[in-house]
Amino acid sequence: MWVLIWNRSERKLTKRADRLISLLPLLALGIALLIWEGAVRWSEIPLFILPPPSVISERLTRALIDGSLLRHTLVTLSEVLAGLALGALIASLLGYGLAKSSTLERVLSPYIVASQSIPIVAVAPLLVIWFGPGQISKVLISALIVFFPVLINTVVGFRTVPSELYDLMRSLRAAKAQIFWKLEVPAAMPVLLGGLKIGATLAVIGAVVGEFVGADRGLGFLINLADGLYDTPLVFVAVITLVAMALSLYGVVATLERRLLAWRTG
Amino acid sequence: MTDDSILTANELSMTFPNGNGGLQALDAVTFSAQRNAFVCVVGPSGSGKSTLLRLLGGLLNPTQGEVQFEGERVIGPRRRIGFVFQTANLMPWRTAIENVELPLELEGLNAGQKSRRAEDMLKLVGLADFKQSLPRDLSGGMAQRVAIARALVHEPDLLLLDEPFGSLDALTRERMAFELLKIWQLERVTVLMVTHSIQEAVLMADRVLVLSQRPGSIRLDLDIPLSRPRSLDMMHTPEFGQWVDQVRSAIE
Ligand SMILES: Nc1ncnc2c1ncn2[C@@H]1O[C@H](COP(=O)(O)OP(=O)(O)O)[C@@H](O)[C@H]1O
Ligand SMILES: [Mg+2]
Repeated sequence: MWVLIWNRSERKLTKRADRLISLLPLLALGIALLIWEGAVRWSEIPLFILPPPSVISERLTRALIDGSLLRHTLVTLSEVLAGLALGALIASLLGYGLAKSSTLERVLSPYIVASQSIPIVAVAPLLVIWFGPGQISKVLISALIVFFPVLINTVVGFRTVPSELYDLMRSLRAAKAQIFWKLEVPAAMPVLLGGLKIGATLAVIGAVVGEFVGADRGLGFLINLADGLYDTPLVFVAVITLVAMALSLYGVVATLERRLLAWRTG
Repeated sequence: MTDDSILTANELSMTFPNGNGGLQALDAVTFSAQRNAFVCVVGPSGSGKSTLLRLLGGLLNPTQGEVQFEGERVIGPRRRIGFVFQTANLMPWRTAIENVELPLELEGLNAGQKSRRAEDMLKLVGLADFKQSLPRDLSGGMAQRVAIARALVHEPDLLLLDEPFGSLDALTRERMAFELLKIWQLERVTVLMVTHSIQEAVLMADRVLVLSQRPGSIRLDLDIPLSRPRSLDMMHTPEFGQWVDQVRSAIE
């Protein structure tokens, strides 16, 4: 009897403790913001060097109300999504080919590795020169930066399909398409999604790098613009929006992962 | 050979390509198996047992000789042949029943037929209550039973098993052996099973084939005229001991 009650209250306690622990990061953020606010006011650092959170949030409200933030966000988001889709598509097609054909791999891998040593900031201006300051060059830069991690994960993913399962499928006289959809894709899925998760955050970086080089729209452009106007609070607003965008994309893939890979974690 | 043979290996040789002239795994293996027989293959490791099974099942093509299944030459996997591998080899993302359904799904059966048949097979191997379990929640013995259900679901005439109990503990292994015998008699299927346990082979089989060291060829072809159903106490009869000795000395 006593044990029961004690057990139950303990369980209640641990549940509450769990909830508290999950709130800790938010609490830490709140405290950090308070310290930031206090420190900036007390030390009288100029606004254009380090604005306090209150000023940033007020700037955020203004940017939301005049619609400029939404407009620039949508521009960048569409570049990011298109870049991610394009980069991931080409990388997974090529990756599948490389995983399946050692000849293709031997021919292409030196170039792929070499291409990886070119910093993306160095090629970004070229792409803007070739494809203009519009959205296309941003999509391409974003696709380029997404390409490599997705490619590597695709190759690794399809290489790790157990050979015994291939034997099984062959013994059942499975067609090529059946082997692909019923064996290779699900077996490689954990690694494929890992690549997509990395790609999703890199895609944001790619689009912003492109916008930095030359653009008249987008969050990268907004940062450049605000910087020139010494509107540091707006720089912060744009950066925070970018972080939120990258985190949400990551979250979408992570959710997809939880759904598709329930068999692993349960 | 006789009219009643379902499977015939005719002078089967297999050489795998490697750096220096190739590695010969099998040398002129000839035998034929009667319909509904239970045949065990034993031999030292590396003697080509798995290779033989893969040749018989059409997963590999021999460098010389041929395999005939129901009077036809085998040149690729056959529908009427079921395979059980050393590891259960289940797809970890599929539940037990989905794994058993796979062969039917590949043949394009509709959902109703598929699940009814798969459910029957799971019942046969005693796993009706675990049909929605994922492989990671099954014990080694249970997983191997799912694999046996999967191999039988499309009603093959020949079941090829490659050390199916190799990864199980001794007790589970013994139980599985008798379950497999029961299933074999219920399903009227011809079984060819590779094992490294001489006792297991003599206890289960109508006939034991012994492969020699590499390159494997048939050293001994021994009939085991023990009555059916088999039971553990048969292991204590003098004949049993003699057969085991005979097989053992053929291997050494
Ligand atoms: N695909 C393969 N390529 C090259 N050599 C192989 C291949 N499969 C088996 N072998 C070789 O053939 C021999 C027999 O192998 P296997 O049939 O697996 O023997 P067992 O099952 O009796 O242990 C071994 O020496 C093995 O290394
Ligand atoms: Mg083997």
